[in-house]
Amino acid sequence: MLFLQNLINGLLLGGLYICIAIGFSLIWGVLNIINLVHGSFIVLGSYLAFYAFALFGISPFIAPIFIMPLMFMVGYALQRGVVNRVMDKPVLITLTLTFGIDLIVNNSLLWAFTANFRRVVFPEPYKTLELAGLIIPTDRVFAMLLALFLTVLFYILLNGSRIGRAIVAVRNDPETAILMGVDVKQIYAITFGIGAAFAGAAGSLLSAVFPISPIVSGLYLGKAFVVCVLGGLGGIGGAVVGGLTLGVIESLAVMVAGPEHTVLVGFLVLLAVLLVKPTGIVGKQGYE
Amino acid sequence: MVRLLRVAIDSVPAHLRVKLAAAIAILILIGLLALPLFLDNYFMRLATTMLMYCVLAWSWNFIGGFIGYPSFGIAAFFGFGAYVGAILLSLKLIPFWLSPIAGGTAALIGAALIGAPILRLRGHYFAVASLGIGEVFREVAMSWTSVTGGGMGINLPPTRPAFLTEQQLFYYAMLALTVVTFAVTLTVARSKLGVAFRCIQQNEQAANMIGINTTLIKVIGFMLSAGFPGAAGALYASWVGYIDPSDVFDILNSIKAPVMVLLGGSGTVLGPAIGAVVYLVFEEVVWRGFLQFHSGILGFIIVALVLFMPSGVTSLFRGKAR
Repeated sequence: MLFLQNLINGLLLGGLYICIAIGFSLIWGVLNIINLVHGSFIVLGSYLAFYAFALFGISPFIAPIFIMPLMFMVGYALQRGVVNRVMDKPVLITLTLTFGIDLIVNNSLLWAFTANFRRVVFPEPYKTLELAGLIIPTDRVFAMLLALFLTVLFYILLNGSRIGRAIVAVRNDPETAILMGVDVKQIYAITFGIGAAFAGAAGSLLSAVFPISPIVSGLYLGKAFVVCVLGGLGGIGGAVVGGLTLGVIESLAVMVAGPEHTVLVGFLVLLAVLLVKPTGIVGKQGYE
Repeated sequence: MVRLLRVAIDSVPAHLRVKLAAAIAILILIGLLALPLFLDNYFMRLATTMLMYCVLAWSWNFIGGFIGYPSFGIAAFFGFGAYVGAILLSLKLIPFWLSPIAGGTAALIGAALIGAPILRLRGHYFAVASLGIGEVFREVAMSWTSVTGGGMGINLPPTRPAFLTEQQLFYYAMLALTVVTFAVTLTVARSKLGVAFRCIQQNEQAANMIGINTTLIKVIGFMLSAGFPGAAGALYASWVGYIDPSDVFDILNSIKAPVMVLLGGSGTVLGPAIGAVVYLVFEEVVWRGFLQFHSGILGFIIVALVLFMPSGVTSLFRGKAR
């Protein structure tokens, strides 16, 4: 019974992890850049949701409707203005660049919002369901369902729309994509924008469940890392498998090793997967 | 100014250049040895930090500059050495002067064990894995309370030198470590090992083909880039007198080292030190001027550096010669 409860907790958590990681995975896979600003983007999304709720009473479950376009523009501009200049540089340069950008963004967040933890306090707290002895918190269920909904939406966008097909084409082979008439620079910027939009949506959903502060951005970034490496790059499947796996592993680690060791267990699993199968559980070859 | 210097260097006959360089090095060393006579406590702290940054930059240069593997593992071994030194000192198992040796040796062994598996990875995956080591170490230090004190950290016994002030002692200890690091860098750069390093950087498969044991060479480079930060970490621990996981495993150290090397010139002998000094000046000015926003300004500096000067300030000197 305890096992089943932890499994459910893990799957609920995993749904959120998918949403955290999907934008990160997309940018890594298509632009070949590890976007260290991702964690701060998520926190920015959380604050947007927090103020939307505090000022206008918009629920964090609805707020992604306007947060995603906003964050898309932020990401698009950032790629066009700054990141685009280092697209052909080695890993060290791109990683250092995004680290520098993250210092700026995160420090601005700290300066604007302080490090105090805040919470979205609903006037009527979401209830917890009891089902055959299992406790299910409904706010987490909502968050997870919405995260899955966004994932499916993204899948349809990627496979059904012209832009989506262009993104896939650039991911597979940028040079051939140019020959096919794809504006690769434009696609890079759009991809970065979509990545940022998903970070914002994840932040909005997270603000309904967890407290908000700029200092947790590193934690979210770490989760995105682990999920991508666990599941593998090169598709939405990787983020889904990786997210659910990490959620379940962490919840079971709470049961086996105690709550203070969950992060450690996550990273150990990450190192183990890197050593055994660097392409991840369902990742495709060729995305190193 | 730069061109003048270039002309000045070119005007020296080739056979005298080595002697000239040696003379300059000795002058700098004498200057550094005499420095404590002129500086107050604040600048002594700054000078010690500068030396520590030189050590970290030269260390990163082995794996990142010469071999070209984007390592973000400096903080891991810095913290590891700091904890080994701090635990041994606080249990009074070793005298002060042994702690950097113990920290450095522990980091060397640690790097040998970890290096072999993770150096099979390349590019982003290696970067992520090296970053992950530091996170794992920090979590271990955080949760292994009985040995490391967990989040409460470790207090170290104060060091009371016989005829120097405490600040001077740590300055000279750090200076000694810096000289050793520099000597090893110079030796490696001029040895067969250095050639092997550069071969791997240019083309790893080709290096393998011509009979270089790339795995072994990479592990050696990784160990070199871990041992000195380990020793520096142990010194740092007894210098500041108190360490905790978030301080010594600070991810900023892992980023600072490559930034300093990039600033000075990657894969060169002198570049890292130049970068470290320039970086320290930046950091200090920024720290004093913008207390609220200093890491943001640091971010601006990093972004500007990467965008406008990716091969470092020393590239200005080499520009015309080619």
